[in-house]
Amino acid sequence: MANSDNNRRKFMATTLQSVGLTALGGLLWSGYCDEAKASPLVLRPPGALKEEAFLDACIKCGMCAEACYNRDSNIDKETGKQRPGTLQMAKGGDHRLVGTPFFTPRDVPCYMCDDIPCVPVCPSGALDMPSLLDKKGELDINKAQMGLAIVHKESCIAFWGLQCDACYRACPLLDEAISLEYMKNERTGKHAFLLPVVHSDVCTGCGLCEKACVTEKPAIFVLPREHATGKAGAHYVKGWDKKDQERVGNRKAEEIETHTKRSEKAPVDYLNKEIEY
Amino acid sequence: MKNLKYLLLRRVTQIGLLVLYFGANAYGWTILKGTFGSSLLFGVIPLADPYTTLQVLATGFVLGADVLLGALIITLFYMIVGGRAFCSWVCPINMVTDLANWLRRKLNLDKEEVNYRFLKRRARYWIMVLGLIVSAIVGIAAFEALSPITIMQRGIIFGFGAGISVVIAIFLFDLFGVKNGWCGHLCPLGATYSLIGKASLVRVKHDHGACTACMKCKVVCPENQVLHMINKESISVTDGECTNCGRCIDVCDDDALGFGIRSFTNKVND
Repeated sequence: MANSDNNRRKFMATTLQSVGLTALGGLLWSGYCDEAKASPLVLRPPGALKEEAFLDACIKCGMCAEACYNRDSNIDKETGKQRPGTLQMAKGGDHRLVGTPFFTPRDVPCYMCDDIPCVPVCPSGALDMPSLLDKKGELDINKAQMGLAIVHKESCIAFWGLQCDACYRACPLLDEAISLEYMKNERTGKHAFLLPVVHSDVCTGCGLCEKACVTEKPAIFVLPREHATGKAGAHYVKGWDKKDQERVGNRKAEEIETHTKRSEKAPVDYLNKEIEY
Repeated sequence: MKNLKYLLLRRVTQIGLLVLYFGANAYGWTILKGTFGSSLLFGVIPLADPYTTLQVLATGFVLGADVLLGALIITLFYMIVGGRAFCSWVCPINMVTDLANWLRRKLNLDKEEVNYRFLKRRARYWIMVLGLIVSAIVGIAAFEALSPITIMQRGIIFGFGAGISVVIAIFLFDLFGVKNGWCGHLCPLGATYSLIGKASLVRVKHDHGACTACMKCKVVCPENQVLHMINKESISVTDGECTNCGRCIDVCDDDALGFGIRSFTNKVND
């Protein structure tokens, strides 16, 4: 009897220990994973799903990086040396989820290959091929949305009045993704500003502009789209835009009257009846 | 040389596979592309790790058909050759832990084995299930976020970076910590392959008549709980945790051990 009691006690204790340790392990593990996936401002290959879904889906096989024409292992024909690759597989110390592909435009941008070799090889669907197909069903790199280029006006020397169109010239979608806006330079009175303007509906985020930028630290740089864009909210309506106006139909704003102690008295009587406001 | 046969064969296989994967990235070979997570054999046949696939499915993402088919192929393959043949014949971490284990024996670190109460061999099954739960909660393949196996393999293919520290940590853990600590107690991939290989065809067979009870096999075996039949009865090693590494066959001087096909008709082989 005593022995069986002892066994039961031991069994309960072991079970509790196992469950407790598992819970502890699970907590630590979840914490680590949650931290690991919170790598900010990381740019993914073309066609990548939205970051959250991409992290679900990527199986970390590295086939996209191996397929990239611009790889570490490719030898530069002119210099005979290895050239740095566009797609890197995150290693320990990269502060990105280990094993996921990313690129850093400042080092090596995406060169926008016509046939997008990195996408069709993805076995898991983390790089979504249908999102890059045009109407004819062919791959179109211009449909990629890897990120969005942002111009920092204060450090862009074109905004100072110096002549520079490096990013504009480097853009593979010249005059579509980046156009130059002309403005009179009031300081000199006889020169023009040539201001780079990024069009977010066209920009693919390849980063060729960031790489080309001449300032010490690039004044134009690519951020992941969800970080580079704002959102106005559905309750703003462009009254001058017929299509936008259709959204609300013939509805008119409800008349809202707010009654307060003060509003009971007419403002007109401010002087005559010495109402205090 | 005779007592190194399977060891050498295993090293040739392990290193050969890594060379193929490395060559795929460095020289554009198409024999074996990708990593152990998911690869492509001869540019057509998809292969995928079953546990990694399960983790991604646990995150709620519906995987591409390539990966699912690949995981099926790998599962069927290891159902035949003995699940944990992956561990001893393919996994690159095996070379690290085998080195640690060998050094342990050379440095006499085994003499005062501490009884690790909390670290039972079945811990890996808990970790395997936990990995799937954490994947589902956090939304990334949880074990893949720290797996030393693919970190080491990607290190060899794409460059190591700070990832080498994970490999060193496992080496130190196995050398100074728990004997066969990583492969024998913690690794959830090993646990998955144990389950897959539970009824596999290729098994180590024991011949009681030839055995002289020298126990050399038990000394080298990384999972020596599976060798419970030594000097007792003539049966196959049926436990899924056997890695089919063949080291016991190598060291046996009495030809009492050898690879064979599991017999399903009668439990006791003669």
